Amino acid sequence: MKRKFLVLSLVAVLVLTSLAACSGGSDGGDEDSEATGSVYYLNFKPEQDAAWQALAAKYTEETGVPVQVVTAASGEYETTLMSEMGKDGAPTLFQVNGPVGLANWTDYCYDLSDTEVYANLTSPEFALKDGDKVAGVAYVIESYGIITNKNLLEKAGYTVDDIKSFEDLKKVAEDITARQDELGFCAFTSAGMDGSSDWRFKTHLANLPIYFEYQADGINQTAAIKGSFLDNYRQIWDLYINNSTCDPSELASKTGDDARNEFLEEKAVFFQNGSWEYGNLVGDGLFSDEDLVMIPIYVGAGDEANQGLCTGTENYWCINAEADQADIDATIAFLTWCVTSEEGTEALANEMNFTIPFKNAVPSNNIFVMQDTEYTAAGRIPVSWNFTTMPSEEWKNGVGEALTAYAADQTDENWNEVVNAFVDGWATEYAAAHEE
Amino acid sequence: MEKAIRKYAPIFVIPTFAAFIIGFIIPFIEGLYLSFCKFTTVKNAKFNGLANYIHAFKDTQFVHAFGFTASFAVVSILLINLGGLGLALLLTRKIKGTNVFRTIFFMPNLIGGIVLGYIWQILINCLLSIIGQPLLALNSTAGYWGLIVLMCWQQIGYMMIIYIAGLQNVPDDLLEAAAIDGASKATTFFRVKLPMIMPSITICIFLTLTNSFKLFDQNLALTSGQPKHMTEMMALNIYNTFYARSGAQWKGYGQAKAVLFCILVIVISLVQLRATRSREVQA
Repeated sequence: MKRKFLVLSLVAVLVLTSLAACSGGSDGGDEDSEATGSVYYLNFKPEQDAAWQALAAKYTEETGVPVQVVTAASGEYETTLMSEMGKDGAPTLFQVNGPVGLANWTDYCYDLSDTEVYANLTSPEFALKDGDKVAGVAYVIESYGIITNKNLLEKAGYTVDDIKSFEDLKKVAEDITARQDELGFCAFTSAGMDGSSDWRFKTHLANLPIYFEYQADGINQTAAIKGSFLDNYRQIWDLYINNSTCDPSELASKTGDDARNEFLEEKAVFFQNGSWEYGNLVGDGLFSDEDLVMIPIYVGAGDEANQGLCTGTENYWCINAEADQADIDATIAFLTWCVTSEEGTEALANEMNFTIPFKNAVPSNNIFVMQDTEYTAAGRIPVSWNFTTMPSEEWKNGVGEALTAYAADQTDENWNEVVNAFVDGWATEYAAAHEE
Repeated sequence: MEKAIRKYAPIFVIPTFAAFIIGFIIPFIEGLYLSFCKFTTVKNAKFNGLANYIHAFKDTQFVHAFGFTASFAVVSILLINLGGLGLALLLTRKIKGTNVFRTIFFMPNLIGGIVLGYIWQILINCLLSIIGQPLLALNSTAGYWGLIVLMCWQQIGYMMIIYIAGLQNVPDDLLEAAAIDGASKATTFFRVKLPMIMPSITICIFLTLTNSFKLFDQNLALTSGQPKHMTEMMALNIYNTFYARSGAQWKGYGQAKAVLFCILVIVISLVQLRATRSREVQA
């Protein structure tokens, strides 16, 4: 009898320890959620992780409300979000990247229309809507364009004021290419089509033909793109790849780091990228604010004299509607504090370098962001971010592959492949994303 | 004493068995259920019958991925096993430096698939660039052979170790008897050694077969399916169905594909095990 008890208790210990080992992954959050509620933010931007942790700690210190910030590894946000949302103690605050991202998560988005966060937006345009429901609010406004090395441009005998249209840009770039050996640098950094860099062209550059088509047709999304401005897309792509640091057939393997390093080593004058690159460019002291300027991406369409930078957002905060009401309230209070209080806005602007679209925003010290403000003040119209309406990742990949193939062999047939991927691919992918 | 151990055997099995149920059986059943649902997370699944499976069968990319995976599997199983066995024969001849070479050939197996994929991508792209061919991202033939070279490089050493163990287990008296009977080297190999190492062949073919079908890391890092999904294998196709598409319905499609994939791998490997097992002999 005694032995049996011993055996049973041994078994119990074994089972319990193995179970404990299995459950090690799920961490707290539930036990904190008393009447006051708690916040669990699944952060998208790894660069800002430390700043968010500090801000969360400060908020907890002030109010006593626990705030947990977890950052998903770069490129793993959807995967992490999907598994976290399936657990108990799911994130109360997460992000989607525009209308297409929202399609996956709309059931989980709490209606923010009655919140102070929404009321504080500088423009209702920065809200992400699903019908009448305010599903998300933008939290960072970014700009992209052609980052230009002023010193090199001067060495080539030009200034930024000489570039006011696509024709000007083409003239300058082709002149630099013609005198490449004498000058010792090229016009454009490599337009790499490796996965770390291809989004600059298959997504960001592709935004321009989409934007001009939407403008011409007076729409802001579509089930079938016509591709009316694809000739302009071809012009700018030709310019990028034929006036660059490497042979166009090698673009398939060029990375984002390659392009940045070429720019940092002053091997090229122009570098298409966004305000988020600011830290990388001035960080090591290689460049100072005076050396850099961002010019609009001219493609020879629309009113070029009044074209601004491409400015918009693909980062929207959403609150998990499935969370406990106490946690939802706590999350709304946290967000309100972030975007209205002095500490919050200060941290967002200076620690995270964000330009937030809220009334109490502190201006950021990022020169590209300041430039966007100047352009807009001078009456230029920013190009909005319409790439958030691209039907799927699959569509972007199709366009990217066709662009790479065209770069390697620049024939009309290969350009037709780009057009097919762009126009027919859009219709197919739109249908695929909306089928039941 | 033995009787007592036998009596308590189930008790010692319980911990592992419990972990197996929690870590494998339950998720598997849940996964099976989800393949009949439309869902975003495991919690909000809505049953929608066979729709996911119908879509999976209609998906031409998935069918292509199956064809590509199968043709990859055939060639890589052949090359890896012939290469592994060949090296094992060379390195059981008591030549000087045998141990050094065994270690060197085994080493590639210690590097992770993603790292290998990127290293080989750079190497192959350099080569293609020198001979003036389109780079990997635009060249499905190079992608296919690149994957095969990469897998051979990684796996031949591992299979070699298993074959060496098998060859060392062939009893000397059998070989001696064959020599006395006047058997040539080739006859000794085909009639004595080969039947004796059938267990090693079974396990090596099983490993290479399942590895080839389940290949993911190397595929993602080396070609990531480019160009136009032409070098996309089944596991990567399932991954892309899940993550490169928008709309909740795609999760279900991906899940259905994953279930089909799982059944396929189980069936193929069972058939193979049965086929090679039946040829194993006892000395």
